[in-house]
Amino acid sequence: MELLVASAIGVLTSAGIYLMLRLRTFPVILGISLLTYAVNVFLFASGRLTVGAPPVLRDDMTVYTDPLPQALVLTAIVISFGMTAVVVMIGLGAFLGSNDDHVDDQPEGSEGQP
Amino acid sequence: MTHWIIAPVILPALLAPTVVLAARYHIGIQRVFSVVGVLALIAVAIGLALQTADGSILLYQLGDWAAPFGIVLVGDRLSTMMVLLTAVLALCVLLYAIGSGWDDRGRHFHALFQFQLMGIMGAFLTGDLFNLFVFFEVLLIASYGLMIHAGGNERLRAGVQYVLFNLIGSTLFLFALGSIYAETGTLNMADLANRVTMIDASETVGIRVAAVLLLLVFAIKAALVPLHFWLPSSYAEAPAPVAALFAIMTKVGAYAIIRVYTLIFPPDLEVTAGLHDTWLLPAALVSLAIGMVGVLAAKRLDRLVAFSVIGSMGMVMVVISLFTETSMAAALYYIVHSTLAGAALFLIADLVRTGRGTLALEPEPPLAGAALTAGLFFAAAIAMAGLPPLSGFIGKLLVLDAAFGADQAVWIWATVLISSLISILGFARAGSVIFWKAQGMEPVETQHSQPSALSYVSVGALLALLVAHTVFAGQVHSYTGTMAAQLFASEPYVTTVVETPGKLSTPKEGY
Repeated sequence: MELLVASAIGVLTSAGIYLMLRLRTFPVILGISLLTYAVNVFLFASGRLTVGAPPVLRDDMTVYTDPLPQALVLTAIVISFGMTAVVVMIGLGAFLGSNDDHVDDQPEGSEGQP
Repeated sequence: MTHWIIAPVILPALLAPTVVLAARYHIGIQRVFSVVGVLALIAVAIGLALQTADGSILLYQLGDWAAPFGIVLVGDRLSTMMVLLTAVLALCVLLYAIGSGWDDRGRHFHALFQFQLMGIMGAFLTGDLFNLFVFFEVLLIASYGLMIHAGGNERLRAGVQYVLFNLIGSTLFLFALGSIYAETGTLNMADLANRVTMIDASETVGIRVAAVLLLLVFAIKAALVPLHFWLPSSYAEAPAPVAALFAIMTKVGAYAIIRVYTLIFPPDLEVTAGLHDTWLLPAALVSLAIGMVGVLAAKRLDRLVAFSVIGSMGMVMVVISLFTETSMAAALYYIVHSTLAGAALFLIADLVRTGRGTLALEPEPPLAGAALTAGLFFAAAIAMAGLPPLSGFIGKLLVLDAAFGADQAVWIWATVLISSLISILGFARAGSVIFWKAQGMEPVETQHSQPSALSYVSVGALLALLVAHTVFAGQVHSYTGTMAAQLFASEPYVTTVVETPGKLSTPKEGY
C-alpha cells in the first residue's frame, strides 16, 4: 500500500507541475487542482498509513490511526476548494475582459492576440 | 491569562461581517466602523506592546487546551511590535483610501480590509505552524479581493497571476508542513524547537527537506529573488491603498523567517547548517541588486516603487541571513523603516496618478497639486534610497555595521553601497522627469483634479512617522536590540508555551 500511495502522490504531482507550466489559465488551474490533491494525500500519509483503525481513543482498542492529519487535510481541502473557485472566477473575468487567457505577460505590441 | 492578545484577531473578524451585513449600501457607516475598528486595534496593540516590553511572554491557549494539543497565540516583543506597526500602517492607508475615494470604487472594500488585518495580525501572533498556514490563507484570500478591487482588465490579469502564484506557494507550504509532521509528530513551534534537537544526526533527510521547503514558502511571501516575479505587476496594478497595505505583507514573510529560523531551526543547529550563509545570503544580495537595478530601469512610477520594495526586502534579508544579535536588531529597525517608506511611496505614486492621469516616466504637462506632491516624493525617495537625514540612512549604517565582522563583509558592503547609488540615480531620474521636466511643457486644460486634503494628511502622517523613526532612532534601536536578544534566547518562550498547564496537560483530566 505504501508503494501505491507514494506513486499516486508522485504521479499527481508530476502531472500537476506539467500542466502548471502550460501558461494558459485552464491547464494551469487543472494543474493546481491536481497538485492540491497530491498534497492532500501527502498530508494524510504524514500520520503513517494504517488500515481499519479508529482515530478516536477507546478502552478496548490497541491500534489507532493519527487523527490530526485528517483534521489538517479537511482544512486544506476546504481552503484549496474555495481558492480554486476564486481563481476560476477571476480567470474567467480576465479572459472575458481581454479575450486572452495567457497567464504570463505578453510582450508589448502583441496585446489582444489570441 | 489575559484575553487581550486575541483581540487583534477577533476585532476585525467581527467587524468585517458587521460591515457586510449591516452597512452594505452605506459607505459612510462602513467608513466609521472601519476607522473606529482600526483605532481600537492601535489601542490594543499599544497595550500589548507595553505588556511585553519588559521581556515577558504572553500566552493564550484557545479553549484552554494545553500547548502541543491545542492552538496557542504567543506575544513577545517582536510579534507585538509587528502588530503595532500593522495597526498604525492600516490607519494611514485607510485614511488615504477614504480621502481618495478608492474605497467607493468597488464593493466591500472595508470588509475585505478588516479580514486582511485579521490574517496579518493572526500570522504575527500565532504559535502554531498549521495555524500560521491558516492565517496566511486568510490574509491571502482577503488580498485577492482587495487586489482586484475596482476591476479593470489589466488589474484582473495581474490578479490571476497573483492568485496562481500564491496558490502554488500555499501548496508548497502544505508539503512542508506534512514533512515536518511526519518527521516530528507536532506542529507547535515551541514543541518543534524541542523535538528538532532530538533528531538523530543520521536521519535528518526529511527535516532538512522540510526546512528548505518552508524557507522557499516564506521567501515567496518576502519576494526574495528568484521567487519575486509575482510582486512587480501585482503591486503595480493593485489599487494604491491596497499596494500600500501589501507593504506589510512582504514583512510577514520576513517575520516568519525570523521566527522559524531562530526558534525551530536556529543557526547553530547541526541539521540545517549552511542554509543561512550558503543559500539565503546570496539570494538576498541578488534581490537587493535586482530590486535597485529595477528602480533604475522602470518605465512607470508604480513599477519603480514595486522594485524598490524588492530591493528593500533584499536589504532586510541580507541582515537577517547573518543571524547574529546585532544583525537582527538592524534588520528589525530596517523592517519598520522600509514598511513605512514603501507604503508612503505607493500612496505618492497614486497622488501623481490623480493629478496627472498617467504614471509613465515621460515628460507631461505639470500635474495638479505639483508642489506638494513633489515635496512628499522628494522626502519619501530620500528615505527609501537611504540618504541622510531620514531613517533609511541610519538603517543602512546599522546594516553595514552589522556586516562588518562577517565573513562575506566585502560582498555585503559592495552590494549595499553600489545598489544604493543605483537606486539614488533611479529615484532622481524619476523625480526630475515627472516634476522638473513638466515645467518646460505648455500647461494644458485637464480634467485631473487635485488630490483631496485627507490624502495628503495620510501620506504626511507616514512621513512624520519616518521622521519620528529617525529622531528616536537610538531608543528604537535599543528596543530592537532587546527584541533580538529575546529571539536568540528562546528558552523562556519554549518553556512558557510548553509548560503552562491547561486541559490535557495531565493525563486523564477532563474525561
